Amino acid sequence: MTGTEPATTEARTVTLTYREAMRDALRRALADEPVFLIGEDVGQYGGAFGVTLGLLEEFGPERVIDTPLSESGFVGAGIGAALGGTLPIVEVMTVNFSLLALDQILNNAATLSHMSGGRLHVPLVIRMTTGAGRQLAAQHSHSLEGWYAHIPGLRILAPATVEDARGMLAPALADPDPVLIFEHGSLYNDKATLPATPVPVSIDTAAIRRPGTDATVIGYGGTLATALSAADQLATEGIQAEVIDLRSLRPLDDATIMESVSRTHRAVIVDEGWRSGSLAAEISARITEQAFYDLDAPVERVCSAEVPMPYARHLEQAALPRPSDVAASVRRTVN
Amino acid sequence: MLRIRRFEERCAELYSATKIRGFVHLCIGEEAVAVGVHKALADDDAVVSTYREHGHALAKGITMDAVMAEMYGKATGCSHGRGGSMHLFDRDARFYGGNAIVGGGLPLAVGLALADTRLGRRQVTACFFGDGAVAEGEFHESLNLAALWRLPVLFCCENNQYAMGTPLRREHANTDLGARAVGYGMRSMEVDGMDVLAVEAAAHEAVAHIGRHREPVFLELRTYRFRAHSMYDPDRYRDKTEIESWKRRDPIPALAASLRATADLSDSDMDKMESEVTAEIDGAVAAAEAAPVEPESELTRHVYTERA
Ligand SMILES: Cc1ncc(C[n+]2csc(CCOP(=O)(O)OP(=O)(O)O)c2C)c(N)n1
Repeated sequence: MTGTEPATTEARTVTLTYREAMRDALRRALADEPVFLIGEDVGQYGGAFGVTLGLLEEFGPERVIDTPLSESGFVGAGIGAALGGTLPIVEVMTVNFSLLALDQILNNAATLSHMSGGRLHVPLVIRMTTGAGRQLAAQHSHSLEGWYAHIPGLRILAPATVEDARGMLAPALADPDPVLIFEHGSLYNDKATLPATPVPVSIDTAAIRRPGTDATVIGYGGTLATALSAADQLATEGIQAEVIDLRSLRPLDDATIMESVSRTHRAVIVDEGWRSGSLAAEISARITEQAFYDLDAPVERVCSAEVPMPYARHLEQAALPRPSDVAASVRRTVN
Repeated sequence: MLRIRRFEERCAELYSATKIRGFVHLCIGEEAVAVGVHKALADDDAVVSTYREHGHALAKGITMDAVMAEMYGKATGCSHGRGGSMHLFDRDARFYGGNAIVGGGLPLAVGLALADTRLGRRQVTACFFGDGAVAEGEFHESLNLAALWRLPVLFCCENNQYAMGTPLRREHANTDLGARAVGYGMRSMEVDGMDVLAVEAAAHEAVAHIGRHREPVFLELRTYRFRAHSMYDPDRYRDKTEIESWKRRDPIPALAASLRATADLSDSDMDKMESEVTAEIDGAVAAAEAAPVEPESELTRHVYTERA
């Protein structure tokens, strides 16, 4: 752990970045023999985003396996290894590149349990980065976790906080089904002070990150910060927005969402995916189905513009959901 | 080669000055590959490239102004600021990327050659990719299709010995990359990618073979990048002595030395070239600085073809 640990014993805490938190979770997972880590440049290079730095030295090349550029091959191999009784953690550099492995993830990982009548299980974790904001243009910037959340047979997680980055991997590995963890690229340097010993976190329930009474703002992963910053802005105007962090994109925690909407009577969803056919569309439909009579205003969605993500900074920023867009949506629902 | 080298050195400075953003992959050290292959191509031959494409783009004839403006994300860039360093395109120059998905350009090259063949054109499509791309399924599917359909594709494998941080011997069970092409019944050639004259000669021969036999050729170019994988890469995985030993084979001083030996190049010729290149780069930077950005209202343009 590269964080700073105070020497005193009682209430020991540790300050970690999101990147270090994820690395700490991986290190703890690798302590168990059937677990191994596999992916492009996860070993010697230390991971494209530095998450796996040092793990090769610690666990050796049998447990931390560098692969060639063969996404379909090594993700599929991970699925096979899971069938064979080991517990792989597969890192795919970004969700953009995971599309080369989409066939394996959808046609094998997600479906084998059902097609085999429940006789086969695919217990593995696939981690990847997602999201825009660093001027990497269309082929490195999309948020496609909503697509994966479309697929029955997969569990989709999106840790938005340092605590979740550290805490979600263990329950994901304990899950007998394939779990995909999406790490937003802009979160890796976020810092938080946590208890030195990880406290288990839920991979089933959404969390209310900021209580409020006037509107429910729903975000996840990279959009949680956008939602919280909008809520800060709104608070100065006397509007108390409640902010929900979905955490699990599939299954969705309908109960937390509906309970909140039944109190605030307004809902705004913030999603970095494209608006059409988005996760935000699904959540909006569920609110309409389950909480229609609690609503005082139409559900609003703040999504990415319907355009492949552009390179130029001002265009990229304009394409992404901004706190000011969220605040404007909330104001519309309140007024 | 000098033009590409100095352009990219300026790009590195501009990146450090945060004028250029995103992922920037320099081809410094690999210029002989870009220049040698392009010398063997006709203006109307097609080129497909990767994210490490500044050298290819400039050699293909995209203006430095258009490339630099793209790096700046300006409206006057060759991709109107949408693409950046990794996504340079120019239809008039028949330059089709600028592809940041490893292996993603290979099927496109097959299709471009298929179109040329169907339309009765005699052009060649040159497709650049790295040694890393050889491990992707798309590489194998594309070589098989090109060989099966006897398409005029020049597969240019820039073997710079590394796929990001992974050396050749840890990415390939068989490090003889040309053997893959032979496996598909394709002619395979290899050449010293640090020697621009050798590259040009090999590429000429390959293009002639494609023209004569109407079938693809695989050309492996042994080269090395002197810089990190991208401006973002700490380059922890390479031995400094290895880098230094390749730098001694720098294609630019090597060519200059051999031209000097035959008295085809003098110091003043070299100075003149340097100052011409500097002036061109200064001009491109000044134009990019002064160029307008796309208005935000244009954000959703070009998602679909604009109809009259
Ligand atoms: C499908 C895919 N997987 C991973 C990456 C990340 N990545 C970008 S470049 C690169 C290395 C490619 O090496 P090589 O093909 O040898 O080309 P080079 O960069 O050496 O020119 C990797 C792993 C990517 N862009 N696309």
